[in-house]
Order: sequence, then C-alpha cells, then structure tokens
Amino acid sequence: MADLSIEFAGIKSPNPFWLASAPPANTGDQVMRAFDAGWGGAVWKTLGDPIVNTSSRFGGIDYGPMKMMGLNNIELITDRPLEVNLREIREVKKRYPNHAVIASLMTQTKEDWKVLIRRVEDAGCDGLELNFGCPHGMCERGMGSSVGQEPRLAEEITSWAREYAKTPVLVKLTANTGDIVEIAEAVVRGGAHGLSLINTIKSIIGVDLDRLVPLPRVGNAATNGGYCGPAVKPIALQMVAALAREKSIGVPISGIGGIGDWRDAAEFIALGSTSVQVCTAVMHYGFRIVRDMIDGLSSYLDAQGMKSVNELRGRAVGAYKEWGDLDLNYQVVAAIDSQTCIGCQLCVVACNDGAHQCIFTGREEKARPTHAHTVGLAKPPSPFPIGAIAGDRVPWVDEPECVGCNLCQLVCPVTGCITMREVPSDSVDSWNDRVRDGRDRIPGGIHE
Amino acid sequence: MSSSVNGSDLFELARDRDELAIADKKPLFSRNEAVSEALRCLYCVDAPCIKACPTEIDIPTFIRRIGTGDVSGSALTIFAQNTLGASCARICPVEVLCEGSCVYTGWHRDPIKIGRLQRFATETAALPASALPRTGAKRAKHVALIGAGAASLACAAELVLHGHKATIFEKKKFGGGLNTSSIAPYKLHADDALAEVAWIAEMGVELHFGVAFGKELRGEELLSEYDAVFIGVGLGEDSRLGIPGEDGKGVVGAVEWIEQMKLASSPKRALGAVVVIGGGNTAIDAARECAQLGGDVTLVYRRGLEAMSAYAHEVEAARKDGVTIAVDQTPRRFVHDASGNLSGVAFAQTGAPSETIFPAQLAIVAIGQSKVRGIAEQFPGVEVNARGSIVADPKTGVTGNDRVFAGGDSVNGGKEVVNAVAAGRDAARALIARWAGATQLALAI
Ligand SMILES: Cc1cc2nc3c(=O)[nH]c(=O)nc-3n(C[C@H](O)[C@H](O)[C@H](O)COP(=O)(O)OP(=O)(O)OC[C@H]3O[C@@H](n4cnc5c(N)ncnc54)[C@H](O)[C@@H]3O)c2cc1C
Ligand SMILES: Cc1cc2nc3c(=O)[nH]c(=O)nc-3n(C[C@H](O)[C@H](O)[C@H](O)COP(=O)(O)O)c2cc1C
Ligand code: SF4
Ligand code: SF4
Ligand code: SF4
Repeated sequence: MADLSIEFAGIKSPNPFWLASAPPANTGDQVMRAFDAGWGGAVWKTLGDPIVNTSSRFGGIDYGPMKMMGLNNIELITDRPLEVNLREIREVKKRYPNHAVIASLMTQTKEDWKVLIRRVEDAGCDGLELNFGCPHGMCERGMGSSVGQEPRLAEEITSWAREYAKTPVLVKLTANTGDIVEIAEAVVRGGAHGLSLINTIKSIIGVDLDRLVPLPRVGNAATNGGYCGPAVKPIALQMVAALAREKSIGVPISGIGGIGDWRDAAEFIALGSTSVQVCTAVMHYGFRIVRDMIDGLSSYLDAQGMKSVNELRGRAVGAYKEWGDLDLNYQVVAAIDSQTCIGCQLCVVACNDGAHQCIFTGREEKARPTHAHTVGLAKPPSPFPIGAIAGDRVPWVDEPECVGCNLCQLVCPVTGCITMREVPSDSVDSWNDRVRDGRDRIPGGIHE
Repeated sequence: MSSSVNGSDLFELARDRDELAIADKKPLFSRNEAVSEALRCLYCVDAPCIKACPTEIDIPTFIRRIGTGDVSGSALTIFAQNTLGASCARICPVEVLCEGSCVYTGWHRDPIKIGRLQRFATETAALPASALPRTGAKRAKHVALIGAGAASLACAAELVLHGHKATIFEKKKFGGGLNTSSIAPYKLHADDALAEVAWIAEMGVELHFGVAFGKELRGEELLSEYDAVFIGVGLGEDSRLGIPGEDGKGVVGAVEWIEQMKLASSPKRALGAVVVIGGGNTAIDAARECAQLGGDVTLVYRRGLEAMSAYAHEVEAARKDGVTIAVDQTPRRFVHDASGNLSGVAFAQTGAPSETIFPAQLAIVAIGQSKVRGIAEQFPGVEVNARGSIVADPKTGVTGNDRVFAGGDSVNGGKEVVNAVAAGRDAARALIARWAGATQLALAI
C-alpha cells in the first residue's frame, strides 16, 4: 500500500486530504469527526472580526437528474466568537496531534493581523491560510478577493503575516483575477510558504422567475455569491497547473475546487498539488467520502508502481504546453462500435449541427457538404454494420472528413462505444515549428 | 334526428358499477416523479420511440418540456398529433409500442416511462379545449361521421381545429366507443373516457346519440347533406362458438360482459368460478378483471401458449392476478344444472376424444368480435374485403368513393385505440389538404 503522508511547507499530514475552510470545518466537533472518518487535515472556517450572516445563503445548480453540479454561497467568515473557535482548535490539536490544523484568517489592519496570528498560533494550529479569496460580502469591506486582486496589497499583507507568524503561511487565492501567476508571484515575494487555490468564483446562481429576484433570495433581494463544486474543477485545474509549471513560484500548492473523489484528487496532484482541499463534496455527501479517496488513491498509486503520493505530484505538469507546441500532424478519427451502439443518434446531430458534418445513417452513399475537403460521395462502410442493439440505426463516420474533434464521443451515452482511433503519422509538426521554418508568420496566433 | 348533446350529458354511468372496485394500476406521477423520469430521456435524434407510436407524437420534445417545467407546452406537443393523448397515455400497450422501442430497452435498461409521462403532461396541464391551436379554412366544409369511437373523435377534432364542421352520429347512448365501454378499469375508468368525449365536443364537434346508421340514417342522405363522410363504426358483436348450451344462462360474450361491468349497475353477486374462453387480449382483460373482482378464474385456450395472440406482458400480468391458464383445450358444450344454471364448460384436449368439465358459474366467450355489416353497401364504390373489413387507403383512409373515408377497427380488423386515432386524424388531414387545394396528395383530389 502506497504511502499517502505528505509534508506541506513543513506541515505534516497523514494524507493529502484536507477539509477546505468552509462549513464542514466550522466547529471542533465537525473537524474531529472528519479526522475520525480519515481526513488528514482541516483548514478551519475563516476566523476574523465578528460578522452576521444572512438567512438563505446557498444556491445550487442541477444538471439533469444530478443535484448540485455547482454550489453558490453568500456566507461570510465564521459567525462564532473567536474565543470559542480558539478553544476548539486547542482541543482538536490536543486530541489529534498528528493531523494538520490550519487556521484560515481574514482581517484588516496590520495590528489586527498581528493579534489574530498570535492568538491562533497560541491555540496550537500548525499553519496559517490567509483568505485573499472570498469574492462576496467580505470584499465589499476591503478584504478577501479585493486583496487577492491587488498584487501589491496582497504582497504587503503577506509580508505582515510573515513578520508575526511562527508557523508556515499559506495564501488562498481568488480565481477572480485576470492573471493567476501575477498574484501568486506577488504573495510569494511577500514570503508565502505555500498557495491554496481556488476560492469560489463570483457568480449569480439563477433567478427566481416567479418573483424576478436572483438566487439565493434574501427577502426581496439577492447578491452575487461564490461558485464552487464539480462545475469549477476545470478552472481550478488550469490555475493550479499554471502555477505548478511556473519556475518563479516554487512553493507547494494546495489544490481546491470541485474535488469529490480520488480521481479528482489524483488529477490535482498530478498537476502539482501537494495537498487537496474539499468543501462542496463534503457538504453534499458528508465526511465519509474520504474513504474512497484514500483507498482509491492508494490502489491507483500501487497500480502505477508508485510507492508514495509524492511520486505522483506534478507528473502531468510537463505535458501541459502552449498550443503552439502541439503536434499538428497528430490525427484521430471517430470509430463507432456497432455492437454497443444503442442508436440514439445523438452523435449524428452533434457532428452535423455542432462539428464537421461527417456522421451519417443509412446504407446509401451520402453527398458531402459543399465545404468538404474530400471530393465525391461519402461511402458507408462495407459490410454495413448491423448493430447488436441498434440494428441498422448504427451511424457511420465518413473518416476522410472527420477532424477528430471528439464531440461525438463526448455526447455518446454509451461509455466506450465511440473511440478515437489514432491514425499513424511519421512526422511531428507544431505551429511553432512552422513559424520557426518561416512556413507561418504569426507566432502563437494573435500577435506579430 | 335526435338532439345534439355534449359528450356525456345524455348518459349516466351507474354509480355502483363494478369497474369502480378495480383501482388504477399506474397512478398519476407526482411532479417530482415526472421530472426525474423526464430528465432520464436522452432526447434521441430521429427517435425510435416516435416511429413506434402510430400517431407519431414528438415524444422527446414533450418529455423535454416536462423536464423544463413547461407542462402545458408538453401537453400541446402531445395533442398536436393525438387529440386522444390523455386516453392513449393510459391504455396504449406501450410495452410493444413506444417504450418497447426506447433505446434504453435495447440497452437492457428500463425504458423511459413514456405512457406515464404522457399521462402526467395531459392530466396535469388540464388544458381547456379552447387552448388547442386552431387554423381557419378558406371555406368551411361539413363532415358526417358514423360512430363516436376513437377514430371518429380524432377525425372530428382534427377537422374542427382546422376550421371545418364535424357531426358525429352514434347509435349508442354514449360516446367514446370501446374506449368507454371496454378498456380494463385498471387502465381507464369510463368517467375519464366520457370526460374526454365532452372535451372534444367542447372543441366544437357536434354529437348525436341514439342514431343508428342504416336505420335512422342512410347513405344517400349523408352524401347529399355533407361534403364528406367518415366511417368509424368499429367492430360488431362478440363472435359465438356455436356449441350446445351457448344460449343458456351464465354464458356471455366478453365485450358484452365488460361493458356491463364498466357501465351498468352491479349485480352484487360473487363471481365464483369463471371460465374465460379465448387467447387474445380481450380474453386476458376479461380474465384479469374477473380475478380482480374476486373470481376464481381459468382462462382456456384451444391451442398452445405460443399461439396466443395476447401480449406476453399481459399473460404474465394475468398469472400474477391469479388467473389459471389452460391450453390445448377445445370447448365442446356448456353444462347447465337442472334449474338451468351454468355448472361448467366441457372441453376436449385438442386432438383427443375425451372431455374434461371445468366447473363454472360464469363462462365468458372471448374469441373475437364480428364485423359490422351493412354499412359499406350504402355508399357507391365502398368495398369490403374477404375478412369483412372496409377497404380504405392506409395513409388517407379514402375508400373507393372519394367522398367516403373510413378508419379504425372497421378497417384494420381490430387494433388499438391509438391506431384508430391515427387513422381518423389522417383522414381528416387528407380532407383538409384536399380542401386547401393541396395537390401533393394524389388520392385526395
Ligand atoms: C375488451 C377490449 C379491451 C381493449 N383494450 C384496449 C386497450 O387497453 N388499449 C387500446 O389501445 N385498445 C384497446 N382495445 C381496442 C380498442 O378499444 C379499439 O381498437 C378502438 O376502440 C377502436 O376504435 P374505433 O373508433 O375504430 O371503434 P369503436 O371504439 O368500436 O367505436 C365504434 C363506434 O361506432 C358505433 N357504431 C357502430 N355501428 C354504428 C352504426 N350503425 N351507427 C352509428 N354508430 C355505430 C359504436 O357504437 C361505437 O361507439 C380494446 C378492445 C376491447 C374489445
Ligand atoms: C458555504 C461556503 C462557505 C465558504 N466559506 C469560506 C471561508 O470562510 N473561507 C474560505 O477561505 N473559503 C470559503 N469557502 C470556499 C471553499 O473553501 C473552497 O475554496 C471552495 O468551495 C472550492 O472548493 P469546492 O469546490 O470543494 O467546494 C466557502 C465555500 C462555501 C460553499
Ligand atoms: S451517440 Fe453513441 S449510442 Fe448514440 S447512435 Fe451515436 S454511437 Fe450509437
Ligand atoms: S470526431 Fe468530430 S468531426 Fe469526427 S465524427 Fe466525431 S464529431 Fe464528427
Ligand atoms: S427512445 Fe427513449 S430515450 Fe430516446 S427519445 Fe425516446 S423516450 Fe427518450
């Protein structure tokens, strides 16, 4: 069984799975139950000056029968007294000395930061996470994402924290920024030992069409909230990878955003995360999901022949390239398995209306669209495929016209029915190669 | 000629009718159930479910509208192809029609519950007849329709929605035909069928009850007073076995017995031992109904199980209802006791001489319905085939007389309500196109 333990900027954790600073890490009771369930660490719900929350504060977006593909919230930082939180942090650390407890913090003046840092470190936390990410409510008061969007401010506040902190300082970044690298470099200059990302994304989750008020509705009004959950994972993955491949960063990353199972976690780790944090999936299904994360990740590592999770870290970063470096000679074409096709023909409409007009049905030769590159009629395969399930409703691909966009495979409800078959090619040619050889003029596409 | 009435005004269902003792087997979905089932639909392209529906309802579209919360839009999508969509939702043998062709079925997964979704949409939307879209006709024509069954109702509805006039003549006191008098109560009760007739009357269809074509009404009369005639007379009486004792007490035809059970005052007698003779869907229906009403039922068929024309899923359901099925038994005679009451039915093992007597207080003969005679003869040019069915073009319903159309059981020999609806509607569409001056329909000139 692979070793899952990690060390994050000096913070030791039995595994890379941490609760994100959010409702699941709101109280000592929850954090202890989470540790019992298997979580390796917790970033405490953000501590700071007293606030009051609204009633009605979350909104969800469903996808088909699946609930909560995305979650939106307008909650602020903790609404519990600091003394109570500190007492519970002390209690947790006493009972779980080997688990990571990180205090998320958000406050205003240099003096406030000093006092807050002293008090949480006195309570025994293993590290700090500066919340420069919250995109709703707190940013209106000059905190959260309003700091995370201003590199100079973020750098300065980070350096204050470094001045007072005895434990490692992590900075949690907002996704609401034009250039994640710029802000990350700034906080690293300010002395951050590690980066956590992403916090939620500024959003309006929907509109109540009966009352014509956005959601979640607070009386007769609403405000923008922070978006998270499975829907944000692709955005978070890109941002994590962008920092992981940047030489100027060089500090560990705690990946956050839409993680719900071991695969999500493994992807974040492969793109450079040392630990991963989870909020929405726990809010949806509870602490128990960590069992799948632990067992799934360790069997995956075993199967890959990796002895430790550290061997996986960053393994996919090198393959994250600029578009201009991709091989333009690489070619795949769609292949439909007539035996598993159910004949829904979603691939047909997708290719015809949304891709390259090269999937057909029926036994006759078909006229290609006028813009086709290939001359003549599209010929059905011979012998014509008769499906085990779909009979003669199995569509066929006009291979010479297939650009290999993957759309048909993505819409097919039968997993594995459409595969993208590689067409062998004996040379490699990227856009950058073409520019270098003078065969194309514009490097990278847009600028001369 | 008798007075014009709204669907059910004239006719009162018995309040203590037996069918009320049998509950709906597939109750109305709740909104939650409907939406979660709707969201499972793949929204197929060139969807096989549509092709399997004789009225070609745009199933993926109506289902998607349930999913988006536009239930009225969903119902309108259904009614655009099938004005009797509310009945069909509940009575169609979906296992062999739309749901049988759903891509999930081939995939060995539960098909989308299309029938129940269709019921949810039509019943929950509860659209008034005035909500259905209408178009005007350049010159309104008037069509006479014979029989108030599904075929005529669908034909008449389509005509009035396109600006024409439709007058139905029905020999019985109620509308709906077999949809009112024959459908198994666990699918549809008579009051719901009558409500649908009333809804179609509200669209502007005129209905006259108690007028039998051939008696009160004659062919030449209709041809001179109306622009076209639609024949939707369905099938005739229950066929008879022609064996001794059939006219005695306790022996009844299936369609007749079912009509009594559904419409008439209950005789309040325990059913006791029942023998149902036949192997089709009507036999199965009668057997299941008797079983559900407390009878001790044996269904006896003259050939083997595989030769039964009843749907396999219905045979299975009958078994679950407690019906005993006996095969390869040819009925010989009905046995009555000294006081003339039925005591049993004598069968011979098919191909063997010896007789077995199945005890019975009630014997239901379900071997098919005869053909209605004497209708076609009244219209010059209209032909009847060797099996007694009216000859009509399968796409337009036009007969050998270009002003006379026909559809439903009287043409197809006995299928489902949805087939009758399709035929009636298509005849109306052919007429509408003809009168609009459309030339593409070669037959409709
Ligand atoms: C027991 C039984 C159960 C069935 N169950 C189902 C089911 O579950 N699902 C399903 O889809 N189908 C079912 N069917 C079949 C379905 O009922 C018929 O296919 C359908 O009703 C045919 O419609 P129609 O309009 O052609 O004829 P009908 O419904 O028979 O209507 C014909 C009408 O014409 C009238 N008429 C006849 N002669 C004259 C005349 N001379 N003058 C005036 N009026 C006349 C009749 O009184 C009747 O009202 C069942 C049939 C039976 C017998
Ligand atoms: C209700 C709610 C409250 C949150 N509160 C905080 C917070 O106080 N401090 C913070 O740093 N992040 C907060 N977050 C953001 C999460 O920690 C996390 O960054 C984000 O939800 C993305 O992860 P996920 O997709 O696993 O939910 C909150 C998120 C939610 C849903
Ligand atoms: S999407 Fe998949 S299952 Fe559907 S027709 Fe295309 S290949 Fe077949
Ligand atoms: S890969 Fe794209 S272009 Fe090729 S068949 Fe599929 S959808 Fe069409
Ligand atoms: S075949 Fe099934 S899944 Fe496809 S559109 Fe019809 S009901 Fe939906």
